[in-house]
Amino acid sequence: MIELAGLTKHYGDTVAVDHLTFTVRPGIVTGFLGPNGAGKSTTMRMMLDLDNPTSGTVRIDGKHYRQLQDPLTYIGALLEAKAVHGGRSAANHLLCLAQSNGLPRSRVGEVLDMVGLSSVARKRAKGFSLGMSQRLGIAAALLGDPQVLLFDEPVNGLDPEGIHWIRNLMKNLAAQGRTVFVSSHLMSEMALTADHLVVIGQGRLMADTSMKDFIHQNSRSYVRMRSPEQEKLRDVLRGEGIHAVAVGDGSLEIDGVPVERLGELAAAHRLVLHELSPQHASLEEAFMRLTAGSVEYHAHDGDPVPAQAGLPPESPPQGEPQPAGWGADWQKKRS
Amino acid sequence: MAAVGQVLRSEWTKIRSVRSTVWTLGIAVVVTVALGVLICTLANHDFTSMPARDRLSFDATNVSFAGMGLGQLAMIVFGVLVVSNEYSTGMIRASLAAVPQRGTFLFCKLAVATALVFVVGLVTSFVAFFAGQAALGDLRVHLGDPGVLRAVIGGGLYMTLIALFSMAVATMLRSPMLSLGILMPFFFLISNILGNVSATRKIGRYLPDQAGSKIMQVVPRVNDDVPYGPWGGLGIMIAWTVAALVGGYVVLKKRDA
Repeated sequence: MIELAGLTKHYGDTVAVDHLTFTVRPGIVTGFLGPNGAGKSTTMRMMLDLDNPTSGTVRIDGKHYRQLQDPLTYIGALLEAKAVHGGRSAANHLLCLAQSNGLPRSRVGEVLDMVGLSSVARKRAKGFSLGMSQRLGIAAALLGDPQVLLFDEPVNGLDPEGIHWIRNLMKNLAAQGRTVFVSSHLMSEMALTADHLVVIGQGRLMADTSMKDFIHQNSRSYVRMRSPEQEKLRDVLRGEGIHAVAVGDGSLEIDGVPVERLGELAAAHRLVLHELSPQHASLEEAFMRLTAGSVEYHAHDGDPVPAQAGLPPESPPQGEPQPAGWGADWQKKRS
Repeated sequence: MAAVGQVLRSEWTKIRSVRSTVWTLGIAVVVTVALGVLICTLANHDFTSMPARDRLSFDATNVSFAGMGLGQLAMIVFGVLVVSNEYSTGMIRASLAAVPQRGTFLFCKLAVATALVFVVGLVTSFVAFFAGQAALGDLRVHLGDPGVLRAVIGGGLYMTLIALFSMAVATMLRSPMLSLGILMPFFFLISNILGNVSATRKIGRYLPDQAGSKIMQVVPRVNDDVPYGPWGGLGIMIAWTVAALVGGYVVLKKRDA
């Protein structure tokens, strides 16, 4: 279990982490989500006592990191993949870490086996690919067979097979009752691995909720309608008491009405339709809306929400006041 | 709390598992000995043509250490790399996560590296002395002569302190380039320049290398007015090293890794 209480980090006038208070529980994978520059890595470094907090505390199983006897046996961390002396072999890299915590030499071979690097154990880390370095970093995290594991962006730069492997590994570690805390800036990745979600933006806590609740609250479905007789269609809908929102591209979006009813309504009024389709907003978009105000580095031109392949095309209503964004709705519930 | 024995073992693994250790220390030995022998051979040749003043103050022991001025540069590189490699590779995060007691971490790292340098430095010093004396022919002195053993052991201590001072500076500066960029000119240029201009010579005397190298002299120079003896000089060098170590410790303790 990891407990953060009022954790804050200032760099001069910049506030990197702002009064974070949350608990990471054992037995589940907790996703730590935030856009780039939100303070995820800084928070994780403070958890490991590498960076000094400006204020606040982190406790691991009730203890401060510095009070842990042989810390690798409590908590293992993958911070950055290339944190290895390139001239040292994989086995020696792990050996020096193992020795510093009084772990037996045999443990080095075991973890190398676990991550599938046994065949390159004697090779110098300089020649490792990003995927191999990532595996070496994970081997180091597993060295002390710790109950708490931290992974900072573990799937970055991995091929699909590697990503699949890491996902399963994290799930298995959690299933063994361990505390698994993994950061990412990709909601889609988290949706597949995490059971619980901690979202931060500009160093502030924006959500601390179970994945299920997050999906439930943020997966909005609606119906998109397009018609050459748009004005007539709107009148018909208004007559039925249905609120339709006009979107920039000439289509209407309707919330909370079954698609069948809309189709029948159009048929009854003999309206020509070019489109009648149910839509589901992705979690990725929900996340982006949640953190939209907090992204530190916006691209200046164009849509702040980049279109992504495979996602339903959706653009925020323009020129028309939107009743309540999903994120806003969600934030209201919290406060 | 981290057990010191465990961390010492870990740091020894780190030092012996990178090639730069063998390279830098190997170069230090070879350069110091080879250059010393070369200069001893030349001195043996030219002794009769030297001015009487120089012949009077001819220090056979010190001449065999003539290669140390260059050999110490490899020691500096070793000292800098031992510490700054942790930072330039990012290994420091893994190291400090494993050993969060930063004082213990630094002490063990420097202790292991210093012990290794002391052994290598002492061997270098003895080899340079015997090889140099062999090349000096009739001018040679013996280990049993007054002050000679002190100078030879002092040569090993001098090299050790140069390396330790470099480690401490690298702990403060972290970057290998910055550390070497400051240490190299410091020992190679500034010390020489200050020592060669009469107005600044008195200041130059108190620089670590000039003060420390006094321990390798057996025969005092003519008109020697240096206000400290061989051990006093070494003491000045130790003071510099301790100051740098305190600075390095404070920086490591305070700053984010």
